[in-house]
Amino acid sequence: MTFKRAIASLALALTASAVSISPSFAEAVSGAVEKQSLNIEAIVMFLGFVGLTLVITWQAARRTKSASDFYAAGGGITGLQNGLAIAGDYMSAASFLGISGLVFASGFDGLIYSVGWLVGWPIVLFLIAERLRNLGKYTFADVASFRLDQTWIRILSSIGTFTVVALYLIAQMVGAGKLIQLLFGLEYLHAVVIVGALMIIYVAFGGMKATTWVQIIKACLLLFGATVIALLVLIKFNFNPEELFASATKIHPKGVSIMGPGNLVKDPISAISLGLALMFGTAGLPHILMRFFTVADAKAARKSVFFATGFIGYFYILTFIIGFGAITLLMNDPTFFKEGKVAVANLLGGTNMAAINLAKATGGSLLYGFISAVAFATILAVVAGLTLAAASAVSHDLYASVIAHGRASERSEVTISKISAVAIGILAIYLGYMFEKINVAFMVGLAFAVAASVNFPVLLMTVFWRGTTTFGAVVGGLLGLVTSVAGVILSDEVWVKTLGNPAPLKFFGYGIIDNPALYSMAIAFGGIWLFSIIDRTSRANKEREAFEPQFVRSETGIGASAAHVH
Amino acid sequence: MQQPTYHSISENPKFHELVRGRSIFAWTLSILMLAVYQGFILLVAYDKEFLAQPLFPGSTTTVGIPIGLGVIVFAFLVTGIYVARANGRYDALTRELVQEITK
Repeated sequence: MTFKRAIASLALALTASAVSISPSFAEAVSGAVEKQSLNIEAIVMFLGFVGLTLVITWQAARRTKSASDFYAAGGGITGLQNGLAIAGDYMSAASFLGISGLVFASGFDGLIYSVGWLVGWPIVLFLIAERLRNLGKYTFADVASFRLDQTWIRILSSIGTFTVVALYLIAQMVGAGKLIQLLFGLEYLHAVVIVGALMIIYVAFGGMKATTWVQIIKACLLLFGATVIALLVLIKFNFNPEELFASATKIHPKGVSIMGPGNLVKDPISAISLGLALMFGTAGLPHILMRFFTVADAKAARKSVFFATGFIGYFYILTFIIGFGAITLLMNDPTFFKEGKVAVANLLGGTNMAAINLAKATGGSLLYGFISAVAFATILAVVAGLTLAAASAVSHDLYASVIAHGRASERSEVTISKISAVAIGILAIYLGYMFEKINVAFMVGLAFAVAASVNFPVLLMTVFWRGTTTFGAVVGGLLGLVTSVAGVILSDEVWVKTLGNPAPLKFFGYGIIDNPALYSMAIAFGGIWLFSIIDRTSRANKEREAFEPQFVRSETGIGASAAHVH
Repeated sequence: MQQPTYHSISENPKFHELVRGRSIFAWTLSILMLAVYQGFILLVAYDKEFLAQPLFPGSTTTVGIPIGLGVIVFAFLVTGIYVARANGRYDALTRELVQEITK
C-alpha cells in the first residue's frame, strides 16, 4: 500500500514538469473522484455500443484467416475509413475531456494544446506515411529493419513499442476507471476489468479488422456528439462567437484574461521542447504507424492522413467551442458545482467533466447519457489499438523474427499474437489497478517524448540516410530512450519536489528544461549519425549498399508487400 | 520478361525527377509547417500582449483566436496540397516510370 502511495505521489509531482501543462488539466483525471449514482441512459447506450462491436468482432473473426487479416485487416481499408480510424485513435477521452476542461479552466491555453497535437500530422504525411506503406508489412519495425540486422533492430523497436504502449495504456486504463466510476457509478476495479476484458475480446478474436471498425464507429459517434453539443451552444449565441466570448469573459473568474495566453507556456525553450515532443511524437506512436499497413497503397495512405487531419482539426475546434460553452452555460447554474459554490475547481467531477456537464445542461439526461457512453467507448477503442500494437511486436517482431528467425508459420505467429493480446490485457488490468492514483496527463506526455526520441529518429534515419547502420541505430535509439526518461526524472519538478533534493540540478549554470524532447531527440539523431559513421565493419558496408533497393522501393512502391495482390 | 534491377531504376532519369521533385516539395512543406507552429509558440512565449489584444476595437475576440485556429486550418490545407500533388502528378510520374522499366 505504501508503495502504491509512493508511486502515486511521485507521479503527481512528475506531472506538471513532464509536459508543462497547467495543473488544472493534470489534476482533473488524476484526483479522487466521487462515485456517482447509476446512470441508466448511459448504461443502456453503452450496452448498445458493446453489443454492436461484439457483432462486428464476431464477423471479423470469421473472416480473419491469414496473418495479413489479423495484423493489417487484409490491407482492405479505404483511405476515408483509415482516416476515421486514425482520428479515432488520436481523439482519446483524454483529449476530448482534457482539452475542453482546459478551455473551461483557462480559455485560450486549451487552444495552444490542440494546435500542438495537430501539427504532427502534416509531418507524418510528408515524411513517413507513404514510405511506411511502401516498405513495411505489419509493424514499423519491418521498415526500420528493411536493410539492417533483423534481430537487433526488432529488439530495439519492440522496446520502443512496449515503453510507449505501456505508458499510454496505463494512462488510458486509469482514465477509464475514473471516468466509469464517475459516470456509471461502478467500482473502479470493476470498471478496469470490464475495459480490459472487452479489449481482449476485440483484439484476440477480431484482430485489426475488429479494432479498426470499433475505432471507426467510435470516431463517428464522438464527432456526432461533440457537433451536437457545439451546435446547442452556438444556437444560444446566434452563431456569433463574439457573443459567446463576451458572455464567457463576463462570468469567468479570470475575466478577459481567458482570451489570451496564460501560464501554459512558461519559457520559450520549454515551449519549443514541448512542441517538438508533440509534433514528432505523433510520428513515433506504434499503434498509429500500424494503421498505414491496413490500406492498399501509398495513395490511400496519403488520403488517410488528409482525412484524419481534417477530422482531428474539426474536433479540436469543437472542443474549443465546448469549453467556452461550458463557461457561459455552467457558471450561471450553481447546481453544477459542489455545494452550489461557483468556481472552476468546484465543478462536479472536476474540470475534466466540463464537456459531460455541458451535455447535461444543453441536452438533458439523454445527451448526458450519450456523451458518457461515447467517452467510455472512446477509451475502449484506443486501448484495443494499443494492445494490438504491443501484441504484434511480440509475435511479429520478437517471436517470428528474433526467436524463430523467420521460420515460424503464419498460423503459429497469429496464435502467439492472440495469446499475447490476452496476456497484455490482463497485465493492463493489473497495472490499471496498481497505478490508480497515477497522473494520466503525465504518462501521455512521457509516451510522446519517448516516441519522438526513439521510434521516430530510428525510422527517419534508416529511411532517409544511406549511412545508417545497425550499430548506429541501436546505440542512438537507446541513447534517446535513456535521455528522454532520465530528462523527466532530473527536471526540477521531480528532482526537487518529489525526490526531495535541496536544489535544482544545474549544468554550467543552466537549469534543466521541463520536457526532454529538445535534447533527447538531438542526442538520438546525433547518436545514430556518430555511431553509424564510425561503424567500419563489413556488415555496415553491406547495409549501406542495401540502401539503393530500399530507396527505390520506398519512393516508388515497386515491390511493396500486398500492393500488387489482386 | 527480364525483371528490372533496382539499380537500373535508380539510374533512370524519371526516377530522379520524381524523387527530387517530391522531396523538395515535402521538405519545403515540412519546414513551413514547423516554422508556422514554432512561430505561434514563440509568440505565445514572448509576446502574450500581442495575442491578447482585441481583434477590432471593443471586441472580446482577440488576435490570438484567429491565429490559433488559423494554424489548425493551415495544417489541414498543407496536407490537402501535398495529397493533391502527390496523388496526381507524382503518382502519374511513378506509373510512367513503372511502364518504362517493365517494357
